[in-house]
Amino acid sequence: MAAESLGLWGIPLGIIAGTLRGSAPFLFVSLGECLTEKSGKINLGLEGTLLMGAMSAYGVSYLSEGWAGPFWAPWLGVIAAGLSGMALGAIHGWLSQQPRVNDVATGIAMIVFGSGLAFFLGKPFIQPQAPQLFTFDWGSWSSIPQIQAALKISPLFLLGVAIAPLLHWFFRYTRWGLYIRAVGDSPQAARAMGISTFKVRMASIVAGSFLAGIGGACLSLYYPGVWTERISSGQGLMAVALVIFAKWNPIQCLWASMLFGGAQAIGPAFQAVGVDSYYYLFNAAPYILTLLIMVVTCSPQRTLVGLPGALGKEE
Amino acid sequence: MVSLSQRVSVPARRSLEAIVLPVAALAVALIIFGCFCALAGANPFAVYGSIYQAAFGRWSAWQNTLIRAAPLMLTALCTALPARLGLVIIGNEGALVMGGLAAVVVGLNVGTSLPPLVAQGAMALAGMVAGGLWIMLAGALRHYRGVNETISSLLLNYIAIALMNHLVEGPMRDTSFVTKPSSAQLDPSIVLGTIPGTRIHFGLLYGLIVCVLAYYLIQRTTFGFAARTAGGNIRAARIAGLPVGKLTLAVCFLGGSAAGLAGMVEVAAVQKRINESVVSSYGYAGILVAFVSRHNPLATVLVAVLLGGILASGGILQRAHDLPDATVLVFQGIVFLCVLFSDSLYGKLPWFREMGEN
Repeated sequence: MAAESLGLWGIPLGIIAGTLRGSAPFLFVSLGECLTEKSGKINLGLEGTLLMGAMSAYGVSYLSEGWAGPFWAPWLGVIAAGLSGMALGAIHGWLSQQPRVNDVATGIAMIVFGSGLAFFLGKPFIQPQAPQLFTFDWGSWSSIPQIQAALKISPLFLLGVAIAPLLHWFFRYTRWGLYIRAVGDSPQAARAMGISTFKVRMASIVAGSFLAGIGGACLSLYYPGVWTERISSGQGLMAVALVIFAKWNPIQCLWASMLFGGAQAIGPAFQAVGVDSYYYLFNAAPYILTLLIMVVTCSPQRTLVGLPGALGKEE
Repeated sequence: MVSLSQRVSVPARRSLEAIVLPVAALAVALIIFGCFCALAGANPFAVYGSIYQAAFGRWSAWQNTLIRAAPLMLTALCTALPARLGLVIIGNEGALVMGGLAAVVVGLNVGTSLPPLVAQGAMALAGMVAGGLWIMLAGALRHYRGVNETISSLLLNYIAIALMNHLVEGPMRDTSFVTKPSSAQLDPSIVLGTIPGTRIHFGLLYGLIVCVLAYYLIQRTTFGFAARTAGGNIRAARIAGLPVGKLTLAVCFLGGSAAGLAGMVEVAAVQKRINESVVSSYGYAGILVAFVSRHNPLATVLVAVLLGGILASGGILQRAHDLPDATVLVFQGIVFLCVLFSDSLYGKLPWFREMGEN
């Protein structure tokens, strides 16, 4: 086996490869959650959105292969994933803004509903093979198959890397970015400015869910590149913790996503070189990491830097 | 002629509202679910009929329902009790797994050395302590570090499942059982028996007793009053000198121990060993039960039976109507969303309001 010939070098290589592959869904979901939370609402339901996105991307890619061809069909799938995310986001955005409705509870309900819908509609797509998105093969200079595999970069990942600074610029320098920050920090002030908090939050949640849906497409059309009911391992939920860790800053969301993607790759990387006695514990690394990060960064005395003022508060 | 609205007193109307709204939400959820089934090509009325038959149609169906309701009552309390303190805990699944794990460890070590009832008591206690400590950790992180308890309890679910998988793949693995990595089997003498004349295991009694105790604790004791006060207004509770930190830890422990007991019931009565099958959505369904019953432990019993019936009907939907087994999950989601929406209607419908309030 080539993995054995690399010896222990296979471990860091495996982790780097896993980071490049596995951080794309984290990136999209966390950017979506960041956009949502900036407007002052939490969307825990992005886990359901992610599953729905993964299912719609795979299903549409499979069904449209006949007339769109194997190159464009997955892109139609990506768009479908975003649109299905928007549909779920619209439900969340409307319901979580009703009086006395808790956004966390709505999020849990949306996880149940979104994952149920994804499993229901996705049942016929578990067996067939859908066309996958193309990848940039930047590793062809190397003769080592692991490096070649590691440097198969998805255009979706690059898209996500581009969106992160764009979103940062959007929050800081555009009128709409200011509206969102105002609504998230001080809804009363925003209303006094004549901004409709309902509309701004609705737009933020729907747009954030669009991104999360595309995160699902990363899972089913790139890596692992299949549709199963266990395709998401809680990435949609970890995104909430990730955004706290990233201090609601889109660019830091990028670094945090790569950290989480890397943490997720520790277990498989060790398994690939034959160390598999702690496979499940290594697999829990992202969750333990999230918990530790939250313990370290949170504090009961002071509010977090960057925390939108109205987040998690009833009006 | 006295009109109906004049004959019903205001407090009576208030309590009527608390019953009518959830029931109406369930009815609306049924209608939406019916439309969903119709879109999927099934006759909605036939689907309703099948669900009813599979859940409550015959005595054997009732038994299936009640077997599923037992763990739901217990896991629901894991969300419902902390909710009275204003905490949203969703670590039910993790607490259930930890409880099951602790119960199996104790059960395997005790074996036949103790009388069965004592052994079962020890297993239940171990399950409750393990589940309780697991959720208390989320409560402690909340109180001492300000960590969001919803997210930490959720992460603890994944960590608990990973720990269980690690143990049954490695140190605790019974190599003679080949179907899937599992622990050794519990001795038949310490397995929870069934209520005489039925197939229902004693876990149902555990669930009923714990729900009644929880209701009494929350509604009728000083401790419950303090918890509800802190849940209503934490600043006022602090000023009144209530030990908010201790309350948080205690309530989280109690909630977690209920879910841990559910884990003990699942391994001691149903699975008889621990493996991945113990992760069976009872945790997440418990969150739904807690919210639908508005965190009232007595209503929890009723809602758990209803949802147990829905879960029991999963198989028949697949066989009789060719609907995927996820249909049950879609139905749960619709019910959950409708119930949440009905929360926003409290005090809005004119008939339930006081006379001069309009």
